[in-house]
Amino acid sequence: MDEGIVSYGAYIPRYRISPEEIGHIWGLDGASIAKGLMIEQKSVAAPDEDVATISIEAARNALKRTNVSPQKIGAIYVGSESHPYVVKPTGTMVAEAIEATPALTVADYEFACKAGTAAIQTCMGLVGSEMIEYGLAIGADISQCAPGDLLEFSASAGGAAFLIGSKDIIARLDTTVSYTTDTPDFWRREGQIYPSHGGRFTGDPAYFKHILACAKMLMEKCGTKPEDYKYAVFHQPNGKFPQRVAKQLGFAKEQIATGLLVTKIGNTYSGAIPLGLSAILDEASPGDRIFAIAYGSGAGSDGFDITVTDAISEFKRDAAPMVREMMENVKSIDYGTYAKYSRKILLAEE
Amino acid sequence: MAIIGAGMTEFGELWDYSFREMGIRAGLEALNDANISSEQIDAMFVGNMSAGRFIDQEHVGALIADYAGLAHTNVPSTRVESGGASGALALRQAYFSVASGIHDIVVVGGAEKMTDIGDAEMRSIQSAAADQEWETVFGATFASLFALMTVRHMHEYGTTREELSAVAVKNHRHGALNPRAQFRREIKPEMVEKSPIVSSPLRMLDCSPVSDGAAAVVICTSEMAKQFTDQPVEILATAQASDTLALHQRKSITEMLATKVAARRAFDMAKMQPKNVDVAEVHDNFTITEIMAIEDLGFFPKGEGRKAAIEGKTAIDGEIAINSSGGLKARGDPLGATGVAQIVEIIQQLRGNADKRQVADAKVGLTHNVGGTGASVIVHILGAGP
Repeated sequence: MDEGIVSYGAYIPRYRISPEEIGHIWGLDGASIAKGLMIEQKSVAAPDEDVATISIEAARNALKRTNVSPQKIGAIYVGSESHPYVVKPTGTMVAEAIEATPALTVADYEFACKAGTAAIQTCMGLVGSEMIEYGLAIGADISQCAPGDLLEFSASAGGAAFLIGSKDIIARLDTTVSYTTDTPDFWRREGQIYPSHGGRFTGDPAYFKHILACAKMLMEKCGTKPEDYKYAVFHQPNGKFPQRVAKQLGFAKEQIATGLLVTKIGNTYSGAIPLGLSAILDEASPGDRIFAIAYGSGAGSDGFDITVTDAISEFKRDAAPMVREMMENVKSIDYGTYAKYSRKILLAEE
Repeated sequence: MAIIGAGMTEFGELWDYSFREMGIRAGLEALNDANISSEQIDAMFVGNMSAGRFIDQEHVGALIADYAGLAHTNVPSTRVESGGASGALALRQAYFSVASGIHDIVVVGGAEKMTDIGDAEMRSIQSAAADQEWETVFGATFASLFALMTVRHMHEYGTTREELSAVAVKNHRHGALNPRAQFRREIKPEMVEKSPIVSSPLRMLDCSPVSDGAAAVVICTSEMAKQFTDQPVEILATAQASDTLALHQRKSITEMLATKVAARRAFDMAKMQPKNVDVAEVHDNFTITEIMAIEDLGFFPKGEGRKAAIEGKTAIDGEIAINSSGGLKARGDPLGATGVAQIVEIIQQLRGNADKRQVADAKVGLTHNVGGTGASVIVHILGAGP
């Protein structure tokens, strides 16, 4: 049985803040940081948005593009590191909002930035084993970052949802592999508001080691080379890392251009690969092959070899907003507004 | 007294190597270079500043001896600490132990594993070599103390931003030629001037990096050295001086008095003058430190050191090659390892093994290793063997 993507939907909050504006507040050279990180601006969630609303928006956008009844969805997994509740699932809110309740299984996932792809893998397994007909896998985040920390220049908001099934699939999930180790590069302990990170340790021994190993493992399993793929998308905590890792693996700039969103929206963490993949599906044609490698701190990488099917020609892409439409419909805000929206200002207790 | 073997790890962010692994790699290279077996070692001295805080491991003398495979020979192994000058002091202690006649063949190691902790903790540990009660408790960091010296040096001698930048540019140019250096790439003056402020006027590229690394040398008497090598490097002088721990208690902060005193003692012992030195590894944890060092060591008159790098006088092919390894700035500064790595560089230069960074006809080399803001300074003068 072929498992694949039946539909997908994305959501990116429309507010944006620039590195220059953030740097100005903290006495840092925002322009230089922007150049180093290759990030022009990052998305900021509105005050009434959280991972639940982003997930619901993305799920609704996915359902707009298909005739599949939400009642046929047998599982919902939401991957995020900023679930609104520590105890109480985001997935149940999504399930109710899209009217998929009550005959389904739901769970929230956390694996830093790759919880969304772990959700896709779980749905593949459940669909492949015929335990469910359809599964909904979501990766979404409103990533936390300490004020003034370098993370504040990149941590952003967004997410995407994938309806996984075996019928009428627009993109076949041919092969998936994962590469996992215990590598403490980035973490947030119970009760901590902001995450901690290992500085430069998050680079070579973490991001690069895992993505490179996972990518090589995937190509070896598939018997493929970089030139066999029309598109490639790599986890994108900043603009520099995915471009460097693509070059190291032998992928050309044109192959990663469509899925490289970080320069305009920042690092959407669990939303990063799901959004990059959505942007690719927004324009892909039948037969196109996609290479996707997620990375989650802690650490691990999930790799996917994906082939776009003929069904995408009939697929109602226009029924929901495309990723690049959401990237263009933006409103810039200043640091004060950003601080208020991202609840960094302590208000009086009621 | 002679050095018969030298070895070091690459310096940098050695995520895949633990403290003990680095020590073993450097030590083995030194033993192989000296053509001796571990059973021939009579004693070990290990320079290390702060393993207790960096990796929660004290008692590193015994640790290194154990993991060097010497637990069964019960070799005496001593950890030596003198802030950033721990490595050079380990060599000095080894020198005494051989000179005393108690030991024949002694291994000197230096090692520091710095990258296992976060940035904030790093600052606190580095600053621990300053005066805790008078300086760091009030928020002074290592960079801020050297920034004070820089500002005063600018005030007294007219030292400029461009002259500071030229030191970093020169040392990166040298480091680019050193396969063991942490930064093997050149930088431009504009990059230094645009790098983030660490403590005004010092910018990121004025500062040496955080590094992991280890280095080791083997010493014995000159007489005995002939058994092992045709190219022994003679230790012509070892000298040490101390000064006040806190900066504010010194009469001048535009010089390091301990450097001047240690240099005078070293040159007296070697019966030499600064002009006899062909190549020197000086402590450039910040760009200003190199400028002060080459003045205080007597290579340039006070106030003239600032012009040396910008005028090319301290380049590999200049009047006197300063930091041909790339120095602390580009080779890296794993605190306890630095002083020993300086010795390793001079050995390579005097043996004529420094490849692309070889200083022509290098016969006499000097090392200058500083602890804290200059409260400990150790100077060694080495000479090419017969």
